[in-house]
Amino acid sequence: MMPGEYFLEHAGWIPLFPLVSAALMLFLGRRLPKFAVNLFCVGSVFISFVFSAGAVYQLAHRAAEDRFFQKILFIWIPAGVYHTTAGPLANFAADWGILLDPLSSVMILVVTGVGFLIHVYSTGYMAQEGGYYRFFGYLNLFMFSMLTLVLANNLLLMFVGWEGVGLCSYLLISFYFHKKTASDAGKKAFIVNRVGDTGFLLAIFLSSVTFGTIRFTSRGFEKLVDATQYPGMLDALNIGIASGVFAVGMPVLTAIALLMFVGATGKSAQIPLYVWLPDAMEGPTPVSALIHAATMVTAGVYMVVRMNSLFQMAPFAMHVVAAIGALTAIYAASMGLVQTDIKRVLAYSTISQLGYMFLACGVGAFVGGVFHLMTHAFFKALLFLGSGSVIHALSGEQDMRKMGALWSKIPVTAKTFFIATLAIAGIPPFAGFFSKDEILWKTFSGGEEVFYKVLWVVGVITAGMTAFYMFRLVNMTFFGTSRVEHEVEHHIHESPPSMTVPLIILAILSVVGGWIGKPASLGGVNHFERWLEPVIFSPPAALAGLAERALPAAHREPMEYILMAVSVLIALAGIWLARVIYLQREGLADRLAEKWGPLYTLLHRKYYMDEIYDALFVQRTKDLATALGMFDRGVIDGVGVNGSGALTLAICRISMWWDTWIVDGLVGLTGTLVRLGSYPARFVQTGKLQSYALVIVLGVLLLLGYFLRHAMGMV
Amino acid sequence: MTPALADAYSLAPVITACGFGILIIVGDAFLPRGGKSLLARIGVVGALASLAAVTLASRHTDDAYSGLIRTDAFSLFLESLIFVITVLVMLGSYDYLVREGLPLGEYHALLLFAASGMAVMASANELLTAFVGLEISSIASYVLAGYRRTASKSNESALKYFLLGSFATAFFLYGAAMVYGATGTTRLDVLREMFVAGRAPGPLMLLGCAMILVGLGFKAAVAPFQVWTPDVYEGAPTPVTALFASGPKAAAFALLVRILVTGFGAANATWFWAIWVSAVLTMFIGNLAALTQNNVKRMLAYSSIAHAGYLLVALAARSEIGIAALLYYLVVYALVTLGAFTIITHLGEPGERRLEIDAYAGLGTRQPFTAFCMTIFLLSLLGLPITAGFLGKFYIFDSALKAQLPGLAVMLAMNSVIGAYYYLRLVRVMYFTEPEQEWTPEPVTAGVGAVMFLTAVAALGFGLFPGPLMTFATISAQSFR
Repeated sequence: MMPGEYFLEHAGWIPLFPLVSAALMLFLGRRLPKFAVNLFCVGSVFISFVFSAGAVYQLAHRAAEDRFFQKILFIWIPAGVYHTTAGPLANFAADWGILLDPLSSVMILVVTGVGFLIHVYSTGYMAQEGGYYRFFGYLNLFMFSMLTLVLANNLLLMFVGWEGVGLCSYLLISFYFHKKTASDAGKKAFIVNRVGDTGFLLAIFLSSVTFGTIRFTSRGFEKLVDATQYPGMLDALNIGIASGVFAVGMPVLTAIALLMFVGATGKSAQIPLYVWLPDAMEGPTPVSALIHAATMVTAGVYMVVRMNSLFQMAPFAMHVVAAIGALTAIYAASMGLVQTDIKRVLAYSTISQLGYMFLACGVGAFVGGVFHLMTHAFFKALLFLGSGSVIHALSGEQDMRKMGALWSKIPVTAKTFFIATLAIAGIPPFAGFFSKDEILWKTFSGGEEVFYKVLWVVGVITAGMTAFYMFRLVNMTFFGTSRVEHEVEHHIHESPPSMTVPLIILAILSVVGGWIGKPASLGGVNHFERWLEPVIFSPPAALAGLAERALPAAHREPMEYILMAVSVLIALAGIWLARVIYLQREGLADRLAEKWGPLYTLLHRKYYMDEIYDALFVQRTKDLATALGMFDRGVIDGVGVNGSGALTLAICRISMWWDTWIVDGLVGLTGTLVRLGSYPARFVQTGKLQSYALVIVLGVLLLLGYFLRHAMGMV
Repeated sequence: MTPALADAYSLAPVITACGFGILIIVGDAFLPRGGKSLLARIGVVGALASLAAVTLASRHTDDAYSGLIRTDAFSLFLESLIFVITVLVMLGSYDYLVREGLPLGEYHALLLFAASGMAVMASANELLTAFVGLEISSIASYVLAGYRRTASKSNESALKYFLLGSFATAFFLYGAAMVYGATGTTRLDVLREMFVAGRAPGPLMLLGCAMILVGLGFKAAVAPFQVWTPDVYEGAPTPVTALFASGPKAAAFALLVRILVTGFGAANATWFWAIWVSAVLTMFIGNLAALTQNNVKRMLAYSSIAHAGYLLVALAARSEIGIAALLYYLVVYALVTLGAFTIITHLGEPGERRLEIDAYAGLGTRQPFTAFCMTIFLLSLLGLPITAGFLGKFYIFDSALKAQLPGLAVMLAMNSVIGAYYYLRLVRVMYFTEPEQEWTPEPVTAGVGAVMFLTAVAALGFGLFPGPLMTFATISAQSFR
């Protein structure tokens, strides 16, 4: 340890503060007064934030190539030596350890920073709700899980966090568990995620047999003399590449990458596993902001970036990621165009923005993906919290058709919301512009193939749609004429400072958050890219061809300006269209909906995807269960019923025979055999001392005889 | 540190335990009839102090008393286990002793003496020292087995244990004499050096080894020397049975490992097949006989035989990971069995009337916490994932496979399946059967509750976080390098 690295040395404590507080809430919370709940829950997250900030600050003070800090808190599951594809490797073990590097630094700052603001906001938003301590207990448990996820130094511990956030998400979506839609939504989220988790789990298994380790890297160990004793996947990969065991596009690497991506589609709501996220809006709004916008749903992006070395070795998987990302972006945006529930619009927008992040990862712009992840956390959290404030002001109304003209009535909420909307629409100089522009530019310049150009076109169209539906939302909510119901209108009020102050802070971040990654073409220095550079895998020289993605430098800059202008113009067009349709021409929206009836219905009903999934999977699972139940009753149990019924005696006898001899018989035979075996074992147990001594003597004789024979053989 | 003091450090746990034992006996004479519960407290404090004294012993990890005693990671591991067991047994038996009207003083003193004997067994580096430890723990155990003086079953248990035990320890002593006759030493490390120097084990010495195996096999209750176990375990007071199934078994296995690996490591080709056959017999006899038991106490007695068989499989692997697996399993098995017997004690009612499996019907609804803990223990004994028993079996299985012993590994797996039958039967009775007569279990007292809670936490904790314990076990296993 270098001197003065207190926070870095104690980075392992960061997840523990919320854990302690969560335990306190869930075991004793019922008896605690509200101010104590606030003190522990908000305070613990604040301490985590301070520790995170301190640790990142100290990490930043190191030289760029030393910005890795890894520490094994304890060996969690030792499993011994195994042979692997990469050759036999010493001592496979899963640690309980942390890895703080530039990537996890960004994540913990976002998670604790935005998390803290949302905790503060929640003290105002949830003030009137029952189960206050329960809410904060779950929220703190979520913080612990999420921090474990991003700080984990190996896949299995990451999986613990991964499952932990899933559990908390389930608990918080169904927080109003007496409401059927809420508890259904919770179950849906949990079950859909299970499908993805299966993929992730298989990826972990496959990684462990391929690399012989599930630790990410061996870098950053400070006190160990010999880091080779603690190998990471990256080391195994590098060794394997050097020795020719691993090559680009090897099936096993592609398989691992794709299985991981299956996990990511579940957690980050991508096609085909996105269906749970819109329903997850049943949870309280701060939950939507924290879990379903800013942090948990970005875990998939984090995972792909964390494993970027592996993905870069699997070009096919990269193409899949990019294609799914772009497709999800435009698909979700199209559904966002027609939603009338304020939170659902934001939900589809989240899915769409996550699609952008995967698009970035898929074209190799991992830094761009993380950059957008960060700026999105700021403005999307702000949008959700702002919508919560609107809902709060309107006594629980979420339907945008019953809003309007709120601009002057709730000014702080309205202005901060407007800033966030500009940010997400990609208007310079707001945060979203820089990150989105970087993704689009990297997509366009990703390669010469048509594939990348198509992805770019999709991305730009999505940007226009995003601007349109976000301004539709703003126009319907804050401008135009008021459609608020009469009895609600009296109660409209601005939210308390505990809610508005976080909004203001997030609004500031939504403006300036993007400047850190200002591209060189705009006269900036991309600090963000430099910061993350050490964690992005650069394939060894032997694998050149992979790295050659960028266009020749000559016409790079003019092209970049042109594309920038195009995306801004498209966004402005979207804003203009939203203004025309929803503000200037009353009734145009309805007429359009009528004219484009089938399309409108298709979008409004979400492409009937819920119905299709229901028919394809849910009902078929139920059918299977019914069939098995019928088999159970009809074939196994039903045999006895048939016998007493009107069926012929012969059939009855046959089925009885079947039941007794085959079904029971197989079960019974095993039992009987085993039981029979127990008689000799108990035979000696006469209770008589003499017979016991006799058995011992017999044993002695056997043993002596055997040893003697051996001894004679030896002499 | 003077040599005498250094020696005393290595025996610190033993000295502490004996000192507190004597204190209790003396105190018993002076305390009024109503104030005896103080003795139980002194007992618990004494056991805890001995546990703390293990850290003192860890300061002097070397040979002591001219090589009679050896303090290393292995002995520290087992001494810690033994004193943890002692504390838990004491906590679990206070209410029982009060309920049955048994004297508190002698009981706790005897427990401490037994524990000190086991601690000597764990750190003995010489055959006669080992014998002294064996006898200290055995004699205290004989008395404890007959502690319910008015119950004929308890008397029967003590007498059988005493007669057969003396019979078996005689073999041990005879074996030690033969080894001395053949080699001129009883020190295990000297024996080992002798073999390293190139001397081959002769017939007399191998006979000695066989005799020693008899004595230890009896103490560890492995086939064919397990015959006494069910009767003695059933007749002894239940908390004492809890001790028998955990403490002495751990100490006997410690000594077995130390003698076979250090002293007779060179003859491992010879003893390997004896251990192999004994492992198979022990597993099958224990599990098959447990199947048809209707008395829960007796069923768990057979189950403890079966588990000794699993431990032998790890020993037969003859490798460091095998010994590490054995140690890990020993901790898990001892704690879980202790917890299960404590529940049997708790539900026994005056005179140990409720021991039949039917008496457990409906426990799931009448005392959910007790039933839950019992289920955890049974599942751990069965070896179901997330309990520590699963990982214990996994490590043993793994070590057997890596030692090229697929046969033993397969039979271990088969026995796990057989075990499922009787463990799950009890779970089923607790949760899915209604009692014939309405009955309310006694409320869980603080001591019993603490034992149940701690052992259940251990059963789950070591299952979820095996790392620290396994690391300690691995380091301990490296003591024999």
